[in-house]
Amino acid sequence: MSKQITIPFGPQHPVLPEPLHLDLVLEDEKVVDVIPTIGYVHRGLEKLVEKREYTEYVFIAERICGICSFIHSQTYVQGIEQIMGLEIPERTQYLRTIWSEYSRLHSHLLWLGCFADSMGFESVFMNAWRLREHILDDLEATTGGRVIQGVCKVGGVRRDISPEKLDEMVKGLKGIEHQLQDLTNVFLHDSSIQHRLKGIGVLSKEDAYYFGAVGPTARGSGLAIDIRETGYAAFGKINFKPVVEYDGDCYARCAVRAKEMFTSIDIIEQCVKKIPDGPVDMKVTGAPDGEYLSRAEQPRGEVIHYIKGNGKKNLVRHRVRTPTFTNIPPLVTLLKGCELADVPVIVLTIDPCIGCAER
Amino acid sequence: MMEPQTITPISVGDVVRKVEQAKKDGNRLVQIGCTKIEDNFEILYVFDKDYKLTNYRVTVKQTDEIPSISGVYFGAFVYENEIHDLYGIHVKGINIDFKGTFYKTVVKHPFSVTITKEDDACQNK
Amino acid sequence: MTYLAKSPWIIHYDASSCNGCDIEILACLTPMYDVERFGIINTGNPKHADIFVVTGSINEANREVIQNIYNQIPDPKVVVAVGICACSGGVFRECYNVAGGIDKLIPVDVYVPGCAARPESIIDGIVTALGVLEEKRKNHISSPMVTDHDHKAHHKHAQGGAQ
Ligand code: SF4
Repeated sequence: MSKQITIPFGPQHPVLPEPLHLDLVLEDEKVVDVIPTIGYVHRGLEKLVEKREYTEYVFIAERICGICSFIHSQTYVQGIEQIMGLEIPERTQYLRTIWSEYSRLHSHLLWLGCFADSMGFESVFMNAWRLREHILDDLEATTGGRVIQGVCKVGGVRRDISPEKLDEMVKGLKGIEHQLQDLTNVFLHDSSIQHRLKGIGVLSKEDAYYFGAVGPTARGSGLAIDIRETGYAAFGKINFKPVVEYDGDCYARCAVRAKEMFTSIDIIEQCVKKIPDGPVDMKVTGAPDGEYLSRAEQPRGEVIHYIKGNGKKNLVRHRVRTPTFTNIPPLVTLLKGCELADVPVIVLTIDPCIGCAER
Repeated sequence: MMEPQTITPISVGDVVRKVEQAKKDGNRLVQIGCTKIEDNFEILYVFDKDYKLTNYRVTVKQTDEIPSISGVYFGAFVYENEIHDLYGIHVKGINIDFKGTFYKTVVKHPFSVTITKEDDACQNK
Repeated sequence: MTYLAKSPWIIHYDASSCNGCDIEILACLTPMYDVERFGIINTGNPKHADIFVVTGSINEANREVIQNIYNQIPDPKVVVAVGICACSGGVFRECYNVAGGIDKLIPVDVYVPGCAARPESIIDGIVTALGVLEEKRKNHISSPMVTDHDHKAHHKHAQGGAQ
C-alpha cells in the first residue's frame, strides 16, 4: 500500500465561488476518504425569528441564499399561509409559479456556466451567463430585483404582471430557446465533455435514495423525486414531467439540468395561458399558531421549511433543510474512489450552494 | 391548500426500531430537526415515500442522550452533528462524528441558550 | 480612466454572504458587463492580486481565512467591501455568529452598498478602488499586517460539544 496524504480542498479555491472545505485523503492520485467541513458561511439566521416578526422574516428567509432566493421566500410564506389557513388568490399562485420557474432557469444557467468553467470551457461559461442576463432582465422588470426579488409576502405577492408583459415574457423566452438549444448541445453532444463526464462519479439509484439525494442529483440516478409533482402553488394545474436520467454519472446529472430548462420554459408558457384574473394579495391578520413542514422544489432539489408558531408575532422555530445539506452524504460517497483531477467536476455536479447549506 | 400533516410522538427507546421500520417500508430520510420548547428539546424525524410524509417526534432534555440512526441511514450524520453542535444534545454512535467541529460558532450550542447581542457601535453612528 | 496604466487583478472571497452579491460579481465578468475590458481579471491566487473584493460579513470560521488572504496580497492593495453585509453586517448583523462588517478585521477602502449590490455599482466601486490603488502606489503606502487579537479568546469559547 502506498502512503496516504491528506490534501485540503478549499475554502478559497479557484473553481469554487463559495467556501466549501474538504479534506481529501489520497493514495497516489486516488481519493480514498473525504471529510467535509462546513461552517464558513454559517450565520445562524434561523435564530433571528426571535427578533423579527413573522411578516418581516420573509426578507431574511429570502436571503438564505441569493440564487434560490425567490423559492425560499415562497416556501416560507407557503408554510405560514398553511398554518393560518389562508386561501390566497389564484392569480398569486400562478405568479409565484412563473417566478419560481424563472429562478430555476437563472440558477441552471448559472450552474452550466460555472460548470463549464470548472472544465476550462470558458466560452461556454460566457455564453451561459450572457443568456442568463435575459432571464434576469425579465425578473428585474417584473419584481424590481435581479437576484433578491423581495416580491413574496404573507398573503400574496407585492406586484402584478400585466397581460402584455406576460406575453412579452413568453415571446422573449421563445426567442432565446434556440440559443439555449445550442448551449445544451455542447453539454450533451460534445465529445471532450462526454469524455470528462461519462462514467465519472457514479451514484447508484439505491445509494441516491437512502443517502438522501434530492433534485437533479437524485434524478440523474433514475429517481423521479420532484416536489413540484405534489402540486404546490399552481403546479397541480400544470402538465409536466420531471426529467429523469438513469446513468447516475456526472453526465446524467448535467443532462438533467440542461433538459430541465426547457421544462421550465414550457411551464411558464402554460401558466401564462391559464393565469386567471383577480387580486394578487389579501389582508392578513393574527399570527400563526401551529406547525407545518412546507416543501418546494428548488433548482437544487427539495427544500423544507419547518415553521412553528405559538400565536405570537414571533415564531418559535424556523428550520430550513436545504437541498445542498442533504446532498453532502451522496457527495462524500461520490468522491471516494475518484481521481484528484476529477474532484472539482464532481463537486460541481451536485451544484453545491453553501450559503444555503449553512444558513 | 396543501395536505395536512400529523406528527406521531415516540419515546427515545423506540427511535431506532421505528427508523428501521421506516426504511423497510421504503421511506427516504428527509430531515432531522430540533426545536427548543422551554426546557425541552423536540427532535423531529421526517421520512418521505411517494411524497407522503411520516413524522416522528421525541422529546428529550439537554442532558439526555439520543441514539444515532446513521447506522440505518448513512446520511443522517449531517443532521446529528448539527443537533449536537447547535443544541448540545449528545448523539451516541454517529458514523462520522465531528465531535463538535461541524459548525464553528462563537457561542457554544447557540440554539440552546438565549442570546442577547448588544447593538454594535458602528450601527449607531 | 486616463490614470490607469496597469491591469489590476482582483481576488474575490465569499465570507458569510448569501451568494447574492457573489453571483453579481461573477456577472460583472461576463459579456453583459465585462470588466475585463478594463484589464481586470479575477484570479484565485492572492499573490497575483491587487484588489481584494469581499462579500458577506465576518464570522467565526472565516476570520482566519480573510486575514490570511489579506496578508498575502502584495502591496499596494485595496479592499472593496461589496454588499451591505460586508459593509456592516446588513440583515444578519443580529445573528449570533456574525461579528459585523469586514472593517472589523481588515481596513476597507471602498464600500459598495446594496442588497444585492448591482453590477453597475460593483464596477463603480472597483473603478474607485483603482484610483485608490494608484494613489497608494505613487505614495508607497504599504498596508499593515493584520492579526486578530480577539480571535484566540473566541476560539476557545467556540470549541466544545456536550461534555
Ligand atoms: S448584501 Fe444582501 S445580497 Fe449581498 S450577501 Fe448580503 S444578504 Fe446577500
